[in-house]
Amino acid sequence: MRLFEYEAREVVKRAGIPVTDYGFTTDPAEAAQIAQRIGGPTVIKSQVLSGGRMKAGGVKFADTPEQAEAYAKDILALEIGGHTPRGVLVDPKAEVEQEYYAGVVWDGTRKQPVMIFSPVGGIDIEQVAEEQPEKVGRRHFSNILPLSDFQAKEVIASTGVTGSALNRLVPIVTRLAKLFVDNDMVLAEINPLGRLADGSFVALDAHMDMENEARGRHRKLLADLGVGEEETRQAREATPFELAGEEVDATDHRGVAGNVTEFDGNLGLVIGAGGGSLTLFDAVRAHGGDPANYCEIGGNPSVAKACGLAKLVLGKPGVDKIAVMMSIVSNTRVDIVARGVIKACVELGYDPAEKIAIFRIPGAWEEEGFKILEKYGVDYADRSVSLNEAARRAVEKIQGAPA
Amino acid sequence: MSILIDADTTFIVQGITGREAVNLTRECLDYGAGAKVVGGVTPGRLGRDVHGVPVFDTVAQAVEHHGSPIYGSVVTVPPAFTKDAVFEAIENGVQLIVIVTERIPRRDVAEMVELANLRGARIIGPNCLGIIVPDVIKMGGIGGPAKNASQAYTPGPIGVISRSGGMTTEMSSTLSAAGLGQSTAVSIGGDAIIGQTYAELMPLFEADEQTQGIVIYTEPGGRMEAELASWVTENNSRLPIVAFMAGRFMDEMPGMSFGHAGTIVEGKEDTAGEKIARLAQAGITVAERIEDIPQMIGEKIAQGSAR
Repeated sequence: MRLFEYEAREVVKRAGIPVTDYGFTTDPAEAAQIAQRIGGPTVIKSQVLSGGRMKAGGVKFADTPEQAEAYAKDILALEIGGHTPRGVLVDPKAEVEQEYYAGVVWDGTRKQPVMIFSPVGGIDIEQVAEEQPEKVGRRHFSNILPLSDFQAKEVIASTGVTGSALNRLVPIVTRLAKLFVDNDMVLAEINPLGRLADGSFVALDAHMDMENEARGRHRKLLADLGVGEEETRQAREATPFELAGEEVDATDHRGVAGNVTEFDGNLGLVIGAGGGSLTLFDAVRAHGGDPANYCEIGGNPSVAKACGLAKLVLGKPGVDKIAVMMSIVSNTRVDIVARGVIKACVELGYDPAEKIAIFRIPGAWEEEGFKILEKYGVDYADRSVSLNEAARRAVEKIQGAPA
Repeated sequence: MSILIDADTTFIVQGITGREAVNLTRECLDYGAGAKVVGGVTPGRLGRDVHGVPVFDTVAQAVEHHGSPIYGSVVTVPPAFTKDAVFEAIENGVQLIVIVTERIPRRDVAEMVELANLRGARIIGPNCLGIIVPDVIKMGGIGGPAKNASQAYTPGPIGVISRSGGMTTEMSSTLSAAGLGQSTAVSIGGDAIIGQTYAELMPLFEADEQTQGIVIYTEPGGRMEAELASWVTENNSRLPIVAFMAGRFMDEMPGMSFGHAGTIVEGKEDTAGEKIARLAQAGITVAERIEDIPQMIGEKIAQGSAR
């Protein structure tokens, strides 16, 4: 879960890393007050999660509080990448001698976090790594052995930085590594990290991404930051259809029937499980099909849940038919899913044989499931029909169907 | 032969009194020659039994009761307690740990893996269904009840490694239907950080005489395929490999995660397209459809050259 800059800076500040005397607000008049308090030129920065805010006009330099207010008003109304800003950050315009970069990310291959440091900051670290690889230092650190200053010292020194800059940077990079671990971040980045005329360092911008699975153990921090429990902060906001999918999944604790993502096609998908859904979605598209949604069922959901999901998909405007398909199941019961999707059709006044383009779920309790499907005249397939072939048949049916 | 486990493997189930774990225990006891499930652990439940398997409060009690070291453990405790359970297993001499639990923060996983490395133990998962040696033994929920597992898995020359539990069974069933059985199938888990990657399991398959070819299931996200590609090139592997890549549509949707926690396209290396190119460079055939896999791997084995 991405944090906004103003939240990320708060995390940085709490970790004991110096930040500027900034203020966050959603009100232009308050922006003027913050600028007044700062008492000098300020930078007004849009608080959005999408990148490219500088180019989009989301960052402006103000000389007076009046200017700060006017810019804040403009920026608050400016959509960037389809997102309305959460607010603006009013930041003192720092006199920076040099910009540095410090970051920590996971290395999934080594299975350890890695500190990344560069004396070239203010631009994407990927770009620096490509153009001046000798200016980018990396160092893994242990998950269980103590984190110590020398590790940060090594990574900074490896980029050629020495003198008092080195000694002042060591605690900053160490604290960044510690906050990364303590807060279950998957990315913690200070860029730029500015060196001021007096030789001190200050974080001028920060990017933080907290692991979703770990949110539960950072409730206090998230509450302090004002992050709502319902905020997903995905690349795009959840649609009402997707939120309804979450509700279906939350109806009881048996199994999963959710992870719904909306698309705009005419073939509704009731598919599973994790890998099966990815495979089936690809297969439907490979055959020229137009999915109305992505979803995942698995872990043996109840009849009510399977029914709820099928109803949701069937009720989506533009959906002509649904395809009910999964890779071979061993935990989820075929008969339960069959009952759920048939119930959904019947309750909505549809003929299951008409609405269900294909049912391809082989595995546990398949004999019982196939019996029920036969009774309702639903076209079904066993494991001798591949996922790909089942998807092809579903697409063929819907394309032959009257509009 | 097989990799990781065989008919003599002893293991415990941590969290054995949970609903899912009770089923899993039954399945393992029923499958093949019948797994040697020598104990279960649920704190506070000492003295109970689950399908005849004695329940203990601690792993140490289970080891003491068994009278000699226990080789494996299937861990099915809730995410908040998994790290402690795995540490407990490792510190009591367990060598092979299958973590079934989903939604474990990766910091915990990384800590478990590092301790396992220090102690010479091996972790499979988390978020996986375990390991199966067809007709011999299964360790974990892989394949489901014994009857269903027997339907999908048959003994033979193919090693299967998959980031998706369900797709391990789907692919093995497709191979079995074509007369290509499996030496061992491993569900390695779909998270961003896992105990054993493709490349880390390859040396075991390489050393296994029964194994003549490898089939893998993979997804966008992470660098595991690049790691595999370098491994087979650097080690001049004898084993031909066919890979199936799901989630190709995700390339068009950066920043969105589908399927498993580990699938997200953040950088260029994460995309399905980039991964397919890397695998192909290393001589690994990438199948477009699962039904094509048996013929592809069969031909590669018949040609007698890995690449």
